[in-house]
Amino acid sequence: MQSPRPDHGGLLVPGDESIIDIRNLGLTFQTADTPVYALSDINLQIGAGEFVSFIGPSGCGKTTLMRIIADLEQPTAGAVKVNGLTPREARLQRSYGYVFQAPALYAWRNVLRNVTLPHEIMGTGRSEAERKARNYLDLVGLKGFEKKYPWQLSGGMQQRVSIARALSFEPQLLLMDEPFGALDEITRDRMNEELLRIWAQTRKTVVFVTHSIDEAVLLSTRIVVMSARPGRIIDIIDSPLPPDRSLDTRETAAAQELAHRVRQGLRAGHSYDGH
Amino acid sequence: MATKRPGFLSPQGRVLPVLTIIALIIVLWYGLAIGLNRQQVAERLDGLGQPWGISDLIADTWSMDRPVLPAPHQVATEFWKTTAEVAPSSKRSLIYHAGITASATLVGFVFGTLLGIILSAGIVHVRTLDRSLMPWIIASQTVPILAIAPMIVVVFGNIGITGLIPKAIISMYLCFFPVAIGMVKGLRSPDLLQLDLMRTYNASAWQVFWKLRVPASLPFLFSSLKVAIAISLVGTIVGELPTGASGGIGARLLSGSYYGQTVQIWSALFMAAFLGMAMVYAIAGIERLSLRRMGGQ
Repeated sequence: MQSPRPDHGGLLVPGDESIIDIRNLGLTFQTADTPVYALSDINLQIGAGEFVSFIGPSGCGKTTLMRIIADLEQPTAGAVKVNGLTPREARLQRSYGYVFQAPALYAWRNVLRNVTLPHEIMGTGRSEAERKARNYLDLVGLKGFEKKYPWQLSGGMQQRVSIARALSFEPQLLLMDEPFGALDEITRDRMNEELLRIWAQTRKTVVFVTHSIDEAVLLSTRIVVMSARPGRIIDIIDSPLPPDRSLDTRETAAAQELAHRVRQGLRAGHSYDGH
Repeated sequence: MATKRPGFLSPQGRVLPVLTIIALIIVLWYGLAIGLNRQQVAERLDGLGQPWGISDLIADTWSMDRPVLPAPHQVATEFWKTTAEVAPSSKRSLIYHAGITASATLVGFVFGTLLGIILSAGIVHVRTLDRSLMPWIIASQTVPILAIAPMIVVVFGNIGITGLIPKAIISMYLCFFPVAIGMVKGLRSPDLLQLDLMRTYNASAWQVFWKLRVPASLPFLFSSLKVAIAISLVGTIVGELPTGASGGIGARLLSGSYYGQTVQIWSALFMAAFLGMAMVYAIAGIERLSLRRMGGQ
């Protein structure tokens, strides 16, 4: 458990103990002829309770950066600390829940048993596992669907199951890799609303990868704008939006201005390409 | 389902098409029986020194004692006599012989399946096994089973092992292959995200195997098992051929060909076909039950 910390109103104070601390991180793939710089000179600190979005064009390394935080990929330069540990140590301690681009549900397990899967792996008692699973299925609005199998659910519902699964063992950190990228816009809006509510209730630290400006603006307390070749951070923007938000928040002047700045950052990153 | 089931004999149903094909086969078969037995019958009729017509020829080609190709009703009669009209424990009963063949087939199938699964688990988890074992597994199946079956029977006979075990070993030798190939594919079928998910939970290789790879591989396993049990049966019958085994469908085939009893051969062949169908359908039944238990669509 971490020592109680003063409330910074969602803003990160320099020198504060951060949940994620990335310094001079780089990842270079050695191909046959030339090295490919997937990520270069990444510096980023993320504090407890923040909702940080990585946004950028495809190939900017936002997913790769997230996978490095999760110890699913290894950097070739620099250092990452998660909860003050290396990503590997953090993974062994199961300190994060990961939501993938696809729901990645196991087709032969019903909804409840998909959500209790992490508990089975970690050796939680069955009744405790089911209690927590039901609790988080309730939170994502899937009460009553426990006995259904994945193929009986819509894409949005499947992704909600996978969010419940990531929350169910109560990690402090939630890593979400374009979780709504495959959904239609209407469903995506509803999922964004749900996620705002869940985040408000659980106060997890969330790292969120997206290529939707609207989504980043609506959800984030901070937006990290990235660009490709090499993958790098162009801009880090603190959101001026109030903590309690709804879909309508996107229409406010502050949100429009924020979206404009993100768009400009993305455009600036694009001009580096020399196209 | 709200859709109406097609009528029993409607062209959309399953019964009419099947009956049509069977009728076609029988007509063709009777025709072939005339053609193939004609010469023998004509010679015999000429030998009688009386004039004979085409109807005599046809009638005789369908009722010979040792025809080149027996007519369907001759096979059916023989089949009926050797199944329904003799006690199943009698050596003249096809059911008795089918039982002998079935037990060796099942023993070989069970052990072959186990061997196939163990091999596939090794191949999926150990890189050196993947490289070193696969060529041998494939090579083992390029050896003609007819060539080595007699050797297996003779070698085991020399050390005093006869009866079921040598036959089961031959059938195991044939049936581990589709199981191993199918299970390698099945155990590797989970996608990258499903595997990454396990990694984020810090799951052990053992947990990944039992909670992800094995359940994901079951559809592949059942497809392989259907192939495996059919060739298990072939392996057992081949194993019964070379030594003149005292029982089994293979022994019936061999003694039939010894004495030119083509009717006996054909009814034994039909018994083998029915046995094979029953076994494949049994696997399909188990498959349906277990996939339904796993939430299949």
